[in-house]
Amino acid sequence: MSIFKNELVQEFFEDKMATIGLFILIVLVILALFPSVFSYQNPYDLSQLYLENSFKSPGHQFWLGTDEQGRDIYSAMLYGLRISLYVGVASTVLSVIIGFSLGLISGYYGGWVDTIIMRIADIQLSFPAILIALIIMALWGEGVGKIIIAITIVNWVYYARTARGVVLSEKEKDYAQSAKALGMGDMGIIFGEIMPNVTAPIIVIATVRIANAIILEATLSFLGLGVPITQPSLGSLISNGYQVLFSGYWWTSVYPGILLMVLIISINLIGDRMRDIMNPRLKR
Amino acid sequence: MSQGLKKLLEVKNVSKIFSVKVGTFEKKDLHALNNISFDIFKGSTLSLVGESGCGKTTIGKTILGLYQATNGEILFRDRDISKLKPNKRKDIQKDIQMIFQDPYSSLNPRKKIKTILEQPLKIHTNLSPKERRERVFKTCEDVGIDAGYLERYPHQFSGGQRQRIAIARAMILKPELILADEPISALDVSIQAQILNLLMDLKDKYNLTTLFITHDISVVKHISDFVAVMYLGEIVEYASKKELFANPSHPYTKMLFSTVPDIYTPLITDSVLKTGEIQSPIDLPRGCFFAKRCPYKKDICDDVHPDLVEIGANHFARCPLIGKF
Amino acid sequence: MALLEVKNLKTHFFTRAGVVKSVDGISFSIEKGRILGVVGESGAGKSITGFSILKLIDKPGKIVEGEIIFDGVDLVKADEEKMQTIRGNEISMIFQDPQTSLNPVITIGEQLMEAIIYHHKGVSKKEAYESCVDILKTVGLPAAEKRMKSYPHQLSGGMKQRVVIAMALLNNPKLLIADEPTTALDVTIQAQILYLMKKLSNDFGSSLILITHDIAVVSQLCDDIAVMYAGRIVEYGPKEEVIFDPKHPYTKGLIECLPKLNDDKKRLYQIPGIMPSLLNLPKGCYFKDRCQYADSECDLYPDKKVFGKRIVFCHKV
Repeated sequence: MSIFKNELVQEFFEDKMATIGLFILIVLVILALFPSVFSYQNPYDLSQLYLENSFKSPGHQFWLGTDEQGRDIYSAMLYGLRISLYVGVASTVLSVIIGFSLGLISGYYGGWVDTIIMRIADIQLSFPAILIALIIMALWGEGVGKIIIAITIVNWVYYARTARGVVLSEKEKDYAQSAKALGMGDMGIIFGEIMPNVTAPIIVIATVRIANAIILEATLSFLGLGVPITQPSLGSLISNGYQVLFSGYWWTSVYPGILLMVLIISINLIGDRMRDIMNPRLKR
Repeated sequence: MSQGLKKLLEVKNVSKIFSVKVGTFEKKDLHALNNISFDIFKGSTLSLVGESGCGKTTIGKTILGLYQATNGEILFRDRDISKLKPNKRKDIQKDIQMIFQDPYSSLNPRKKIKTILEQPLKIHTNLSPKERRERVFKTCEDVGIDAGYLERYPHQFSGGQRQRIAIARAMILKPELILADEPISALDVSIQAQILNLLMDLKDKYNLTTLFITHDISVVKHISDFVAVMYLGEIVEYASKKELFANPSHPYTKMLFSTVPDIYTPLITDSVLKTGEIQSPIDLPRGCFFAKRCPYKKDICDDVHPDLVEIGANHFARCPLIGKF
Repeated sequence: MALLEVKNLKTHFFTRAGVVKSVDGISFSIEKGRILGVVGESGAGKSITGFSILKLIDKPGKIVEGEIIFDGVDLVKADEEKMQTIRGNEISMIFQDPQTSLNPVITIGEQLMEAIIYHHKGVSKKEAYESCVDILKTVGLPAAEKRMKSYPHQLSGGMKQRVVIAMALLNNPKLLIADEPTTALDVTIQAQILYLMKKLSNDFGSSLILITHDIAVVSQLCDDIAVMYAGRIVEYGPKEEVIFDPKHPYTKGLIECLPKLNDDKKRLYQIPGIMPSLLNLPKGCYFKDRCQYADSECDLYPDKKVFGKRIVFCHKV
């Protein structure tokens, strides 16, 4: 497979931890994409739930135990993982598209366009992310789509800032001036010439920030302001179980918590490694 | 300025002022170009020599359209292009091309050489993909780049090879005028020789018209037909190559010659110490711009700004004291 | 005894693509107060030689063999603590680009004072300040006191390079290594800086290693010249001999291709081709593919030939 001959890819795999992280993430993604294959119950299909199974401790029948409604924790975790990943990735993709474009335009044109966009970004950044998301969700109500948009609104700023910084330094370089002298229009220069040079740092940041987005969603859901009960994410599962944590039914909260932790750590390992291998490239 | 040859480009009394921030609130005028005039003749190479900060890159970029002149005219094919931006001069843009100084930033690091070379053709011509490829191959051959390397990225080439690619990019549209802004300054001396020879060969083969911008007067001897010496935004001496090298007249020209390291003789220490540095173009002196650094300066030099006058057959200089020192 | 003696120095880089033998067995020496020029094209290993002397080689590079004997001490065996007392103090380095050598966010004065105070803990601020102003005057920087408060971006290229030289000289080093100090400067400023370096070397009694790709620059300053090619020295000797009677074809080529003000040739002499990649060195003499005198004898790497004070590695001499 020719991708493995790529120098960057080889360098990535030199780090054991990052490779393990990547492997774990791939496993988790597969589990999340096909939860029905890997679980033995759809915990959100009420017909499959039997109240007599409530609060069974981890064992033979239910690997990781059940919650108060007889929902199998293991299966619920897989469905929850799917929601968590979906929200994290979707909001990151949207933030990248919006932040990237605004940052490119802001940096290239400067002037009042730049001032307006950057001041909005500054105002936003002076508030803690969680607060902004909280306010939006409190006003708007629950919903997976809504929380994706809320997280997008919080996160676009980071990408805009980074993109703008790179554009400012690249647009004065001779290759961009040469394209301008050839008569290429502004859009052509921004997206044709400069953008390819911006994507590398953006990819690195986006990778790590997917983890942030997932945590943000988990936090909101834990507080009851995120996803609805019918589509719980790992955060809401933790929240659910939290209420009965000290009654002895610890598995309902702890196992989803562990899964969330593993997910975040593996993403961070990958992101860190990517940042390290991308950096010396910039020295050239 | 010279008879018998047709003028391709005329720069007439061009001035360019940049507004720069000095301190937190103050803005001052930076006089990059000061009423500069010269002509470029078809089929010839004019070298523009001067130190960093004299405005030679600014005039190059103004001719190219990246800057717009504050005053004056630049006539190309009977049209004044001095204030036209690149998107307003689409019809002539392919006729004026530039080779930039830094081989490391003049090629987009994320694009293959093939893409970089095809881009001008895609923008300005209607050639079919097959015809474009052929033109790319032919141009690569002209500059000495193996066509097998077209799929590579700039960082996979040495500085000299990148400069060849930059030359190929400038030549691929078969422009009438090529502006070469310090094309060899960033290269090893041994590679400079290769690239200079390449530029001379291309000039002979295609009867190119070139404006060759440099700070090193020793390289202009081989490539130029005419030489103009520039200081703080104006021409201080102009002559044919032969004449300038035989009779350098302006004190600044003489200073430039004296600082070229000659391998067989040691540095002439006294004169080197007094060479000083070019002043800032923000607060221009009232009299002769060069007076402060000039070893022959007299009082009159601080009061009167000299004009460019003919001091010999097609030899012009901006110093009233020539012949008197 | 020589101030610095380098014996069979080898610095290799262990990259994914293979072992890059940037410096592969070079030997030279410098006496106190003398100036050595190290000349060669980009990639010849000259800068790496300079970095090796100061043990500034990071992974994946490593000094694999050789001795660097400075004032009686073998630096190759010295530990990092010892090296830190030497760097900036007994051996100083001047880098190519003054833009990146100076910290853009602190003033010239602060950077200079930092250099003194680090190596001389007992010095008072007032004394350090005076030394800094003095050295700025010595390097010919006009309005030295004012400059102490300036930031690097307020100075021209030539002035910045003077500051960098001043910083290198502050602690009166025994050896100065200058890596392409004038390459980023105009020819007029280059002449001034070269003259300055020669004068300072004489006045302070420091030895100087001048690394450059321009043999004309080297001929202006140096007492001895070492010509490097693809990681090895191909010719070494006193300047007068090397410049006026070059023996190695590469040295001859470097001298020939300089544009000379008083010749009338139409085309410049050029050495054909480019230096081979250090990952793909030819068998035998590394220069043979570009050499007009090469033949089958050159398929074997040439032995050292000694002519008095001159050393050449070439079969055809």
